[in-house]
Amino acid sequence: MNTSALITMLVSELVIIAFTAFFFVKILTIPPKAEPDSYSENDEEQR
Amino acid sequence: MTLKTKESWGSRVGLVLAMAGNAVGLGNFLRFPVQAIQNGGGAFIIPYFVCFLLMGIPLLWIEWSSGRFGGKWGHHSTPFILDSMDKRSFWKYIGVFGIFTNLAVAAYYCYLESWTLSYMYHSLAGSFMGQSADTVSQFFIDYVSLVHGYEPVLFWLVCLVMNTWILSRGLSGGVEKAAKIGMPLLILFGILLAIKGVTLKAGSEGAVYDGITGLNFLWTPDFSTIWTPKVWLAAAGQIFFTLSVGMGSIQCYASYVRSKDDIALNAMSAGWMNEFVEVVLGSSILIPIAIGYLGIDTVIEMTKNGGLGLGFRTLPYLFTQWGPLLSAMAGFAWFCLLFFAGITSSLAMGTPCMGFMQDEFGWSRSKSAWAFGAAILVLGLPTVLFFNEGVFDEYDYWAGTVSLVVFALFETILFAWVFGIDKGWHEINQGADIKIPVFFKYVIKYVTPVFLGAVFIGSLPDLAKKIIDVSNPYVVGARLLLLGVFLGVSYLVYIAYKKRIKEGRFAS
Repeated sequence: MNTSALITMLVSELVIIAFTAFFFVKILTIPPKAEPDSYSENDEEQR
Repeated sequence: MTLKTKESWGSRVGLVLAMAGNAVGLGNFLRFPVQAIQNGGGAFIIPYFVCFLLMGIPLLWIEWSSGRFGGKWGHHSTPFILDSMDKRSFWKYIGVFGIFTNLAVAAYYCYLESWTLSYMYHSLAGSFMGQSADTVSQFFIDYVSLVHGYEPVLFWLVCLVMNTWILSRGLSGGVEKAAKIGMPLLILFGILLAIKGVTLKAGSEGAVYDGITGLNFLWTPDFSTIWTPKVWLAAAGQIFFTLSVGMGSIQCYASYVRSKDDIALNAMSAGWMNEFVEVVLGSSILIPIAIGYLGIDTVIEMTKNGGLGLGFRTLPYLFTQWGPLLSAMAGFAWFCLLFFAGITSSLAMGTPCMGFMQDEFGWSRSKSAWAFGAAILVLGLPTVLFFNEGVFDEYDYWAGTVSLVVFALFETILFAWVFGIDKGWHEINQGADIKIPVFFKYVIKYVTPVFLGAVFIGSLPDLAKKIIDVSNPYVVGARLLLLGVFLGVSYLVYIAYKKRIKEGRFAS
């Protein structure tokens, strides 16, 4: 690959991967809000 | 306050995956790479990112927060979500777009989805092995011309029943489960095919060029194009269509989120996941493999009419060069990936229609789902029977292009200027798990409407050409049918409005 193509691709893809991972990890790690919340799967464990 | 609803999301991850699945469609793999090579290669990513930042992200927040706001008053479809934001009658009829678009797009999209099912079957059955490139290409032409008898109709019906059945299982039991299975598999198959595409070596498995040659071609920036309006219009259009904004399905999904729960981070996560699938995976499969076998000039020629032909007519043949086992696996993975991309989107199209019938006419979930299925059957039949006569493309143009832009433009004006940006900004930030830069408040108020206005104005010459062209009776018939659907949905909204007044059911 030529240098400009390689740089454009790597910068674009790394930025996207970083943001995607950052936001998704936040979704997975932020504790749920107090019940009643919008999600039904954690209803039992919250009671 | 949040009015009680029988439906709810099972988990936050499930909601984000369902929203990402709604956004990720066949266009991520078939449209984006073609748009990139036609509009400056790697340089296309600059207007693309700018449009994502100034139009895509703001629209995601507008739709998520409008949906959650409407959900507070028990509304799960755009006519009454918009009505809850401003009481002038006009807005609920603008909200009709949010049901009409879903019905009309689902009608032809389910047919497209059914092709992927059929091609999955044919890949596993080895139907393309030992065939010439022309024969494999002709297979697709014969398929949509119904030369193969009723096979396309059968796969279409299977696809329709599958969608309807999943919808009848509800949000957490159907849509969310499908997204939790479909999205990880889609990403896995995408990564496997991308690795195979990028590592393709000239001289092995019949390839003429390295896969890297294709990647190099796609990503080499041509900065001379960067100030061309056509390139900016293409980038804005791509961002617009890839995020599934302007349809009413995001509002519907978000209407099941409570006021105190986050939408700002959810919207970001789903939006960036779509970008990952589109830019990282979408750029690494179709073009590298196609150029590896066909060369740059042939691929440029073949993509002049979009990526659909390359995906369905050419790729199945190229896979056969990898031997019987790998060919079957690659074909299955490619069409399964497209199938998951499609079904997670078509399910999102069903929920606003179902939400409307449940909210306004007290229908059960199951009854609404099967009614939606029946409506798609009736509306979709012309696209199956008269594909070659241009009915499919006509649906795509009016419902899948024009309606989206018109609706997004109006909803942005409503949110930023009628509902008011201060209230709107408060809605976006309520319960937010991230701090949104205040810069976006001004972007939503000034920049996003201008961007959308530019996209709309840019589409006017095409629109004018379409309207005056009445030479094809099938196309005119399709247009009238769509107009009838729009008027029919408007009438239902009118009845629902009168019913609400009679029953004193306006909570907002």
